[in-house]
Amino acid sequence: MRGNSEAHQLIAPGSLRAALELLAAEPGIWTPIAGGTEIMVAHAAGRLTAPKLVNLWGIRELRFINVTADSVAIGAGSTFVDLRRYAELCESWPLVARAASWIGSIANQSRATLGGNLVNGSPAADSSPALLVYDAEIELISDRGSRRIPYSEFHTGYKRNVLSTDELVYALHMPRRFSHHEQYLRKVGTRRAMAISKVALAGTALLENGIVNEIRLAAASLAAYPARLYKTEESVLGRPITRETIAGARTALMAEAAPIDDIRSTAEYRKRVGANLVAEFLDEIGREVANP
Amino acid sequence: MSECWPSITMRVNGESRTVHVPPMKRLLDVLREDLRLTGAKEGCGEGECGSCSVRMDGELVNSCLIPVLQADGAVIQTVEGLPTNGSLHPLQECFLACGGAQCGICTPGMLMAAAQLIERNPHPSMAEIREGLAGNLCRCTGFMRIFESVLAAASQAQDSESDKASHAR
Repeated sequence: MRGNSEAHQLIAPGSLRAALELLAAEPGIWTPIAGGTEIMVAHAAGRLTAPKLVNLWGIRELRFINVTADSVAIGAGSTFVDLRRYAELCESWPLVARAASWIGSIANQSRATLGGNLVNGSPAADSSPALLVYDAEIELISDRGSRRIPYSEFHTGYKRNVLSTDELVYALHMPRRFSHHEQYLRKVGTRRAMAISKVALAGTALLENGIVNEIRLAAASLAAYPARLYKTEESVLGRPITRETIAGARTALMAEAAPIDDIRSTAEYRKRVGANLVAEFLDEIGREVANP
Repeated sequence: MSECWPSITMRVNGESRTVHVPPMKRLLDVLREDLRLTGAKEGCGEGECGSCSVRMDGELVNSCLIPVLQADGAVIQTVEGLPTNGSLHPLQECFLACGGAQCGICTPGMLMAAAQLIERNPHPSMAEIREGLAGNLCRCTGFMRIFESVLAAASQAQDSESDKASHAR
């Protein structure tokens, strides 16, 4: 433990309103902490620079899952254990529940929050690809009110996002309309638990008469932040699943992906594996069409 | 400074305990230094190894990643809270019987992860045991004896349930 606990102030406002008032009164001064699975690691290593922290863990207004006839709203303070245990979520948005079950270990899933995963903004964030292929919207809240934007517009660069200094993530919203889509999620890492992914890919697609009518692909660790692969999607749209289509998707992904070399992998490996994952998804759909 | 520190009260292994410590002090350090409960160990200090695993409000957590202020009002169970009335928990008995412990550093965390698993899923498969303990690293046993210890404890519980059921009949 290289950090000094006495060097940091931590206060617990106890309610969402009180937290937002604090952020509004002193914008940029207070760093929110929820499950602590990122901030406490930095603290232990002596890398935590924030002198003043505001506790969001235990704020009830941020921890909810509301399923309606056509959508789900997930409070930003929901943990990944909350997500993987929620039967309706597992059934109707299986990729999100599956991604939740792959994060770290049980002890991390019981503390890490969905909002924290997104605000932390790692390019390798486990929950992001699944949210992106379900057209998730992210709701931000401040003392001034709330706004809702497509989650695909939330990240703006490496560990950068559109949050203002007085804003918090309030909730994620996902429509139910993907229940008839073909769905795919695969994470490639060094081991199944406790491994940050080298590459992860999510996909949803809808075929009509053998033709790809809709497709959404999103990746982790293929760019500076988790993002949709729009060009790869375009290469497949309107086509039947053939060898040529799959080859075209591979080429498109290799061109579109912009990964980096780091301690976990290399850019070249990430591109190739990303292409393999897209091919695997399309191949699975192709076999579904051939043998429904 | 210490006069500004908050008063934090937790229910630890069934007893109400109050400490006055910096709010960013880790739950692990409060347990070990302030409450003298040294069962939970520090391994990696970054949530990767599970040696510091305890249960907080019925969930498995890494106590090295919890600022103690977040445990105010919480119910905490450490490995010291596993035995009942002076008798070892069945998991502890099985770890002893099956060679599930060697150097002992990971053992408290393994036991807490196993206790969490068995409470939610009394009859886990080997795959479920592997997943439940995936965040706990051991450098001695090669894991198999640990998994077998958990399996043994779960099947003992199953046997005693079926004994009870047959007596009831």
